Amino acid sequence: MLYREAGDFKTTYAADGQTFPIAFDRWRYYGVLAVAFGVVPFLINDYWANAVFVPFLIYAIAAIGLNILTGYCGQVSLGTGGFMAVGAYACYKLMTAFPEVSILVHIVLAGGITAGVGLLFGIPSLRIKGFYLAVATLAAQFFLVWLFNKVPWFYNYSASGQISAPERTFLGVAVTGAATPAWAKYLVCLVFVVALAWVARNLTRGALGRQWMAIRDMDIAAEIIGVNPLRAKLAAFAISSFYVGIAGALLFAVYLGAVEVGEAFGINKAFLVLFMIIIGGLGSIFGSFAGAAFLVLLPVLLKNVLVGGLGWSTSLAAHIELMIVGALIVLFLIVEPHGLAQLWRLAKEKLRLWPFPH
Amino acid sequence: MSDQLLFAMEVTLNGLMAGVMYALVALGFVLIFKASGIFNFAQGVMALFAALTLVGFQTGQVPFAHLINAVFGTRIHHFGWSVPTLAAIVATMAVMVLMALLVERLVLKHFVNQAPIILFMATIGLAYFLEGLGDVMWGADIKRLDVGLPQGISETIDGTTFGWFGYGFFIDRLDIVAALVAAALVVSLTLFSQYTRQGRALRAVADDHQAALSVGISLRAIWVLVWSIAGFVALVAGMMWGTKLGVQFSLSLIALKALPVLMLGGFTSIPGAIVGGLIVGVGEKLFEFAVGPMIGGATENWFAYMLALVFLLFRPQGLFGERIIERV
Amino acid sequence: MNGRLTAAAALAALMAAGPAMAELVIPNLSYRTGPYAPGGIPYADGFNDFFTLLNERDGGIGGERVRVIECETAYNTEKGVECYEATKGEGSLVYNPLSTGITYQLIPRATADGIPLYTPGYGRTSAANGRVFEWVFNYPANYWDAASVAIRYLLDENGGSLTGKKIALVYHNSAYGKEPIRTLQELARKHGYELLEIAVDHPGQEQKSQWLQIRQQRPDYVLMWGWGVMNAVAIQEAANIRYPMENFIGVWWSGSENDVLPAGDGANGYKSLAMHGTGMDYPVYAALKQHVYDRGLASGAGDQIGSVLYSRGMYAALVIAEAVRKAQAIHGVAQVSPAQLRDGFEQLEITEARMAELGLPDFGQAFAATCEDHGGPGAGRIQQWDAAAKRWSLITPFIAPDDEVLTPLILEDSTAFAAENNITQRCQ
Repeated sequence: MLYREAGDFKTTYAADGQTFPIAFDRWRYYGVLAVAFGVVPFLINDYWANAVFVPFLIYAIAAIGLNILTGYCGQVSLGTGGFMAVGAYACYKLMTAFPEVSILVHIVLAGGITAGVGLLFGIPSLRIKGFYLAVATLAAQFFLVWLFNKVPWFYNYSASGQISAPERTFLGVAVTGAATPAWAKYLVCLVFVVALAWVARNLTRGALGRQWMAIRDMDIAAEIIGVNPLRAKLAAFAISSFYVGIAGALLFAVYLGAVEVGEAFGINKAFLVLFMIIIGGLGSIFGSFAGAAFLVLLPVLLKNVLVGGLGWSTSLAAHIELMIVGALIVLFLIVEPHGLAQLWRLAKEKLRLWPFPH
Repeated sequence: MSDQLLFAMEVTLNGLMAGVMYALVALGFVLIFKASGIFNFAQGVMALFAALTLVGFQTGQVPFAHLINAVFGTRIHHFGWSVPTLAAIVATMAVMVLMALLVERLVLKHFVNQAPIILFMATIGLAYFLEGLGDVMWGADIKRLDVGLPQGISETIDGTTFGWFGYGFFIDRLDIVAALVAAALVVSLTLFSQYTRQGRALRAVADDHQAALSVGISLRAIWVLVWSIAGFVALVAGMMWGTKLGVQFSLSLIALKALPVLMLGGFTSIPGAIVGGLIVGVGEKLFEFAVGPMIGGATENWFAYMLALVFLLFRPQGLFGERIIERV
Repeated sequence: MNGRLTAAAALAALMAAGPAMAELVIPNLSYRTGPYAPGGIPYADGFNDFFTLLNERDGGIGGERVRVIECETAYNTEKGVECYEATKGEGSLVYNPLSTGITYQLIPRATADGIPLYTPGYGRTSAANGRVFEWVFNYPANYWDAASVAIRYLLDENGGSLTGKKIALVYHNSAYGKEPIRTLQELARKHGYELLEIAVDHPGQEQKSQWLQIRQQRPDYVLMWGWGVMNAVAIQEAANIRYPMENFIGVWWSGSENDVLPAGDGANGYKSLAMHGTGMDYPVYAALKQHVYDRGLASGAGDQIGSVLYSRGMYAALVIAEAVRKAQAIHGVAQVSPAQLRDGFEQLEITEARMAELGLPDFGQAFAATCEDHGGPGAGRIQQWDAAAKRWSLITPFIAPDDEVLTPLILEDSTAFAAENNITQRCQ
């Protein structure tokens, strides 16, 4: 009964080509958005914002970005941490150099700068493929982290090399800095997530997205049918890095407030985001959200159950948590290698017919 | 000879030695990739796990002591005995074989015919699991590993080179042992794969899974075998690095040093791992020596990757990797 | 949706954790996993055990029991934030995260929330300026003090002059490791030694080129700012190249048993700074044994007792407990609030006599905080490792740092922070 096309008549091409063509689907998304914008900001407190919602939204952006590159265009990247660092440091330099310009503009510009850097590191992808490329992107990861650590200009010559976000406001409300209310942090991230997810969804449905998928499935074949691999691959690198850069800027400016590059943007970040898209589902925007939610919430949940619920010592709980996360990842990959998004697709198929058996 | 030249020679020699240490870790990656096409990210954690288990057996620690104490409220930590090194190594090897068996049973079996990236992810999951398991079994504190390997400057080389150049070269004796062990490993692995029945089966699987299956080679038995051998290589790497660092979490991060080696040497070549290791070792040490001081040092982490990246631009399959032939 | 459901379950788990009772809540943001676990475990154990002692022996502080909430950060800033937010709601009185990264993170947050932050021997050095950092305390000593103490010690060794000497700094290539560079450069200008900066990247398991550089350059002294596996490897490599160990001095985070034991006999003679004593020769251990260890209440595996980092954790707990006592005395209530505790920290005075009373005579330096001074006197001692006996022995009395150089540096850094964040200076 749900998710049915039947009875949903379109009379214009615009209606036929809209982002969510099925009426029920569309209304459900409007519903989620209404709750996210209209209800959550009034209920949210510091703990929920800082421990759950803000990291979830930021990682969702990074996951969408990596999904564009890996899930849609088939280029595995382990440089996510490095590109997030570019976003964060670009944002920091812009914030401190032009304090009068709105912080939101800086965040978008930081994404743009990251796109440029991503383009540069995407060039080898024209020649190197598969795991060799994955390992080659580690060069970007390690080099960028080293660079931001080493060149004092990037951290404004501060004594220790930490960067801290000064307070910036938008419409009179603090958006960065310690005085930011929980709902403001949440809303800033939410606005970026919604806008970027919408753009990504439409990009991947369009000509560019189809080119990416052709490259992913077989790049030589794609070239033969007239896809320019240079343009498609570099576009994927640039756009993906744009998303990742914005995620890095938000992570630094809105969420953490102070970062140290080696610790906050290390190799673990790259693996974390890669996990998100694999568990969520390669080549799916919804999957990016599901994967981010899963990997942000799972450790918090496990910790609260094991330490808070069962009263175990934190060390034992932390070790068992690692084992559970590891085992769950393997289990997930065994049960559904196409990720949570595939489960969702299957559920939708079931819902179309429900409550009838056929 | 000028001082700078002598220093450069010393750095080069030490780079070669460091390269051998990297190659030891890289070998384990190559073995598994060759036989099953799996990029086994857990190799570093396997080295840590093997070293932890070795120390645990040696010093008579009670496995899962923390867990047992937490559940039953007891306070046990040690059996109160210590096991001779050789016996502990044998016992650890048994654990690694058991692990290989379990990995095949519980994980690999379910991933036949999956995309390489999925398998790669599964091994990262495995890495997390083993890391947690190692900590739960043996505790997360630092442990000293003593299997009787020598350490410190080699007096002979120092003395000889001093006689030649008037400047004694520094070579760590542990590195010399590691080089000998690596050579022995490569020779025995080659002999094994050339002259034994199992070894030939292994090469057959590496060449073509389906053809191997069709002539009656059990893929699953081969996987257990190859993971056991990788476990053995991990144990050797764990012993070498554990002697150097002490056994603790950071031991697992040596995997990151092995990746550029793999890229350079090619994922499928055992000699490639050794040669790649030597190039990376010499390259990063010389760069740090010559250029490092000018740009602030600590370049080793990224330089190896950059070197490998530049290399790959010219040879996308690595130095000794199988030529990539693509057909539509 | 999936996410919402799990979130609800997490909330339920949080609720089940138990309501807050009338007690003193002190969170312990520790790390018992990850690359720095060998350092985090003993520190957390010492911190917990001291409060257990106060609870078991004295029934808490001023009649209020202390509840220590431990939260695992794995030295990761994001987990640190989660821990901060999770424990804040329980009425936490003071934070001591044992991580420079998390400290930088928490300074603005804790300041906005009005919760004191106590970072002895680590964290943001310029927080010593109480005029700018109202809520942060880092007495008795900080990184810059440490650098200066090390140089003072070397001056004493060399008859008051370091002119023409070459001193190498081997440092962890991170915010923490870079802290002393500025101070050492200033001091180099003053005393005329040559400073050689040698960076080691995280995690630092491979330092051959760094130590070959030292072998070739032959510095007269090597200072080290390391943490985690880097320390052990550096000491091992120094032993390998036969660098004279007595000329090799680590900061207090590079001077624990974990760092020297892996190198075995090679580490004999290695020196490190110390801001407190170590070992089991203090009367407090008799009480700990009676009230804590023998009753099975020891934190962790109980195998870290008496180690350097255990002592440091205990020292931090002791200072916090004294600050609580002071706050109780000032405000006349047993159940102090974070703001009242801040007053306790700011007016805290610890004397030699008080340390002896607490069972730790000749353990730490005496200090008194004021509104301006949150950094303490900053003196440090030198300890030396005896590999045969497997113990550290203190070889100098407390050496005072060179405030003539440090004060302007601290002033400069904290004023810049104040200007950047529009903070009006206090204590006028």
